[in-house]
Amino acid sequence: MTLIDLANPTRFLALTARLLPWLAAATVILLAIGLYQSASAPDDYQQGATVKIMFIHVPNAWLAMFVWGVMSIASLGTLVWRHPLADVAAKAAAPIGAAFTFLALLTGSLWGRPMWGTYWEWDARLTSVLILFLMYLGLMALWRAVDDPSRAARAAAVLTLVGAINLPIIKFSVDWWNTLHQPASVMRMGGSALDKSFLIPLLVMAIAFTLLFVTLHLAAMRNEILRRRVRSLQMMQASQKAA
Amino acid sequence: MTALSALVRRDIRIALRVGGGALIGVLFFLTVVVLMPFAVGPDLALLSRLGPAILWLGALLASLLTLDRLFMADHEDGSLDLITMSRTPLELACAAKALAHWLAAGLPLIVATPVLGLLLNLDMVATGAVALTLLAGTPALTFTGMIGAALAVTLHRGGLLMAVLVLPLSIPVLIFGVAASQAVIVGPMTFGAPFSILCALSLVSLVIGPFAAAASLRHGLD
Amino acid sequence: MSGTTQGKMQLSGRGLICVRGGREVFSGLDFAAAAGEAVSVVGRNGAGKTSLLRLIAGLLVPAAGTIVLDGGDGELTLPEQCHYLGHRDALKPALSVTENLTFWADFLGGERADPAETLATVGLDHATHLPAGFLSAGQRRRLSLARLLTVRRPVWLLDEPTNALDVAGQDMFGGLMRQHLSRGGMIVAATHAPLGIESRELRIGGVA
Repeated sequence: MTLIDLANPTRFLALTARLLPWLAAATVILLAIGLYQSASAPDDYQQGATVKIMFIHVPNAWLAMFVWGVMSIASLGTLVWRHPLADVAAKAAAPIGAAFTFLALLTGSLWGRPMWGTYWEWDARLTSVLILFLMYLGLMALWRAVDDPSRAARAAAVLTLVGAINLPIIKFSVDWWNTLHQPASVMRMGGSALDKSFLIPLLVMAIAFTLLFVTLHLAAMRNEILRRRVRSLQMMQASQKAA
Repeated sequence: MTALSALVRRDIRIALRVGGGALIGVLFFLTVVVLMPFAVGPDLALLSRLGPAILWLGALLASLLTLDRLFMADHEDGSLDLITMSRTPLELACAAKALAHWLAAGLPLIVATPVLGLLLNLDMVATGAVALTLLAGTPALTFTGMIGAALAVTLHRGGLLMAVLVLPLSIPVLIFGVAASQAVIVGPMTFGAPFSILCALSLVSLVIGPFAAAASLRHGLD
Repeated sequence: MSGTTQGKMQLSGRGLICVRGGREVFSGLDFAAAAGEAVSVVGRNGAGKTSLLRLIAGLLVPAAGTIVLDGGDGELTLPEQCHYLGHRDALKPALSVTENLTFWADFLGGERADPAETLATVGLDHATHLPAGFLSAGQRRRLSLARLLTVRRPVWLLDEPTNALDVAGQDMFGGLMRQHLSRGGMIVAATHAPLGIESRELRIGGVA
């Protein structure tokens, strides 16, 4: 099975139809294991039970960035290789990425409430993720604003790649801005001095969430392909002359 | 070279003549800044503290709004087709158009800054600092904004959508522009560090902007 | 170097497929034009006349097929050796007639004629200093034609070139096209009306 075979949307549909149940099952099992492990992990001596928000928060934040990476590769596929599935992949990924980013923000904010005493702190991490969220929303607005998918695809691809270059710059700027305004940062996760009892559930959850993304992404791509088929059928119908 | 300078000269001429939008940007800048005291109150101490931020936000919005039609006008009258076909690489033509836009619409903002600084109770040094940071930073705004202007052609749609797409990209410029100006007024840090990063941002956008805009225009042809 | 004196130029397209907005406009299209030849592209609305011109001009990318200019300047791409006269005149109303023309001459580059002379040829020498916004549709078209004369390009791609021209204008334009062909140029024109010069007909999209 090569990439060329997958390029054919019909093959892609057939393959993913067989693959999706297995992926979904694997996701559910891993999520169950991860959640069980997270629940049975010990409480933190400082943060108490609230530390367990981390097991949801960190995988979401990881995927928020990972999905933009996936979209960037797909955008290269659109602009450079003109791969027929690339823009489908990019379009399907955007709302999922936005959802993960939103969950990262939400869990971060809920975590912040007991830690900082407020739901929102202009903390460097949260601020960067907020900007990332805005960019996801902008990208989704762009996809929705244009009727012709191939036209929207090229614009979205350019914007995604520009975003991929700019996101590290924005992250750096926000870090700098944050240290300027808040010399003593409120929360430091520390140089991954994470105990094993935290680390393993976290890794399991990260893998489970990644699998969840892959499952959702493939399903969304299938929907998008079918949606485009409906669209071209409608266009064919419109161009048919009355007999 | 003649081709590019011809393009720059043409765009500046059009911007400055009747129907061109260059000076409307300055007027908009002026209006936004004048509105601010009505929102935050006429407290001069507060205004002088917020001054750099107000000026930077005004400049950001003014340059964004005037950029909207950078490529759209050429697209509508067919000039963009000829520019694309010409012997000048599209990237360079895009850069020339952005340069012309900055000269016609960006520089007047900086010239207007001292007058507005007066209204915001900024002293000479502070006004000079803001003007200098605007001089170093507005090219970055123009050259990232041109990506949005090119996307507007691809999408047949400008306005708010472009603002939503481009504004997050200008956050770094805003951060370092305001920080450098504040450094002069209140400290605690030196002017040099954020100012050199601001210059670096402008240089980076000088490269990314034309390439992204040209890619968008080329792929958006029809 | 000079694009107008080369002998054995030939513009040809083979197996062209054009897809726009997910819809196939035409497929398997072949055409050829030798030096000194004009091709008039005819067909019903939506058959892809404009699309064909834009394919040649490099403004659209064909889904399949190739377009080549044999015997042209090897250092230049095909679009760089073409003039494209579309529905829109590529004029800026705020600039004067001369400014509009000299801008394109400077920007497009290459071998050029005196703008003042070509303006006289197309009958606009009385209005050189006026803003292009004051011109009528026919006069704007004449100004676009002056661009074709001022900057030398071997291939002219014309989309409904005689639109908005009066009878005298059409006669004048016919003369200009004949002159271009006699210098070894090529013309591909999409038209509804007769082009006014001898040309080979290329029908696309079936019978009108």
